[in-house]
Amino acid sequence: MKRPALLLALCAPLAEAAPLTAEQQPLNLHAIGMFFVFVLATLAITWWAARRTRSAADFYSAGGGISGFQNGLAIAGDYMSAATLLGLSSLVFARGYDGFVYIIGFFVGWPIVTFLMAERLRNLGRYTFADIVSYRLDQTRVRSFAALGSLTVVCCYLVVQMVGAGQLIKLLFGLDYSTAVVVVGALMLVYVIFGGMLATTWVQITKAVLLLGGGTTLAVLALARFDFSFETLAEQAVALHASGAQIMGPGSLLADPINAVSLSLGLVFGIAGLPHILMRFFTVPNAREARRSVLFATLFIGFFFLVVCALGYSAIVIVGGDPQYFVDGKLGGALIGGGNMVAMHLAKAVGGDLFLGFLSAVAFATILAVVAGLALAGASAISHDLYASVLKKGRANEKDEMRVSRIATVAIGMVAIGLGILFEQMNIAFLVGLTFGVAASANFPVLIMAMYWDGLTTRGAVYGGLAGLISALALVIGSPSVWVGVLGHAEALFPYDQPALFSMPLAFVTIVLVSKLDRSKRAQAERAAYADQFVRAQTGFGAAAASSH
Amino acid sequence: MSSHANHALTCALIRSNPKFQRLARRRARLAWALSALVLALYYSFIMLVAFAPGWLHLPLYAGSHLSLGLPLGAALILLCWLLTAWYVRSANLHFDAISAQILEESQV
Repeated sequence: MKRPALLLALCAPLAEAAPLTAEQQPLNLHAIGMFFVFVLATLAITWWAARRTRSAADFYSAGGGISGFQNGLAIAGDYMSAATLLGLSSLVFARGYDGFVYIIGFFVGWPIVTFLMAERLRNLGRYTFADIVSYRLDQTRVRSFAALGSLTVVCCYLVVQMVGAGQLIKLLFGLDYSTAVVVVGALMLVYVIFGGMLATTWVQITKAVLLLGGGTTLAVLALARFDFSFETLAEQAVALHASGAQIMGPGSLLADPINAVSLSLGLVFGIAGLPHILMRFFTVPNAREARRSVLFATLFIGFFFLVVCALGYSAIVIVGGDPQYFVDGKLGGALIGGGNMVAMHLAKAVGGDLFLGFLSAVAFATILAVVAGLALAGASAISHDLYASVLKKGRANEKDEMRVSRIATVAIGMVAIGLGILFEQMNIAFLVGLTFGVAASANFPVLIMAMYWDGLTTRGAVYGGLAGLISALALVIGSPSVWVGVLGHAEALFPYDQPALFSMPLAFVTIVLVSKLDRSKRAQAERAAYADQFVRAQTGFGAAAASSH
Repeated sequence: MSSHANHALTCALIRSNPKFQRLARRRARLAWALSALVLALYYSFIMLVAFAPGWLHLPLYAGSHLSLGLPLGAALILLCWLLTAWYVRSANLHFDAISAQILEESQV
């Protein structure tokens, strides 16, 4: 019982990474029609944004002109992938309260980001989080490392999203897998290349509004079946679910506490290491708006997570009690379309084909917006960190830098499409562990130490960051889900699927030890430079202002 | 004087302002205390889930099918958000005002 439960828990963050049982469905015209409307709207946004995207500041950070409320929606949009709606509602459907515990873990990192990072991100950074890490350290080495960390996270997450998009679209729209992957890749390229951060942000905002609206409507329609009484819902859910009253409290999700704690550490601190989320803090005019944006984002995300939880419980009764949603009509057997289609079946049950079409289009739009954000984060790491700072030593002209960022976007798009098609038949749940593992063990420790510890030196940052990156990578490769599940060995080299509990402390210890042992002249200058960085972090003195439009 | 030296001088001036030191201390105290509180709340909840699951299974009120764990989880999310709102409010009302004063006194 332990194994499947755990695997399910690990797959859940990205429903897209789900078991590949998806059968191609007949063409769904409602869904395609509504998705077409969404695409037209986003192309109009891109056209509008393209005319306003002239400088590098426009491209990377929308000129710093996004308001706190708008950015809050965009951050929430970046964080709520299709997996949140589909994967987490399915997890509650299957396991009840355990799914809720899991959802809470996804949320708790946000307050921490607000308290410790939001204002410093805005005050110290400009286009990428490497700006902050390399603020008083050696540009070349630190930026190379930060770009490596960003690109690792971006690539893993992109593949997850791409494979998910292909599976989901095959299922919801009845399109061929490769066609779906190419369509997603091509649209993402158009948004990012022509519209930069401004288009990406507004696509994200549009999608966030659709997702919040769609999810809430679905929950209201579903709860109306129970006359909005949670008691009635609970009574019927307990009566129908195979686990009975067990679904109202903790089950076996935490059967392995070490894996659970490791997972929660990765989730909580991984948020603060996801480059496409960090980037959002540079799009607002000042620290005040940066704080407001996380406040709104936290509100939207928290609200949506509670909605998703209500969806999961309602589905236990509405979907779980209706044989038409099960393969061969066998109640309690396999769901049609695989285990992650619960929210979609619920949409059909309470809102008919039209609402199902709408929600499918929203799910597709969600993936599209998230991949655009990721591609932009990856392109910025290449053009701003690697090209302009490392290769050209800060002397690149803006025109060349923007050209490189667009070429980089195309390259990332091609890699994403290629890997998306290559990974079609693979169980990619491990990539989720890798994304959050690397974000929490490589990017986060270096970033937070650069912000808060005056003793940090270049050597400490680079060695510590690499220790986190390599150990997270090695532990995931040796884990049961890769060593056994993907590579087919009999026994895993490392017993846990989640690396953060081990790789994150290793990164911190290495950062501190190497920095302390660094007796170089450079290191002394770097420690001394913290005092001025601290002034800017606290007051915003010298911080990049919003560009005028 | 070069702008670089100017910048360094202003930074030194700001640092020596007692208001700045007070601001940095107050902000650090609030930010770290709230972070510790959120993590303590969350990991206490996880410990409950791991070691006292029966308690979370208790009915919300006599005869209810709803468990105590459900409102507790929702309350955790709400509380985290309220703490976030508290921090953002203090920072936007007080810290920003003090920081603007400091900048003004340092004539930047």
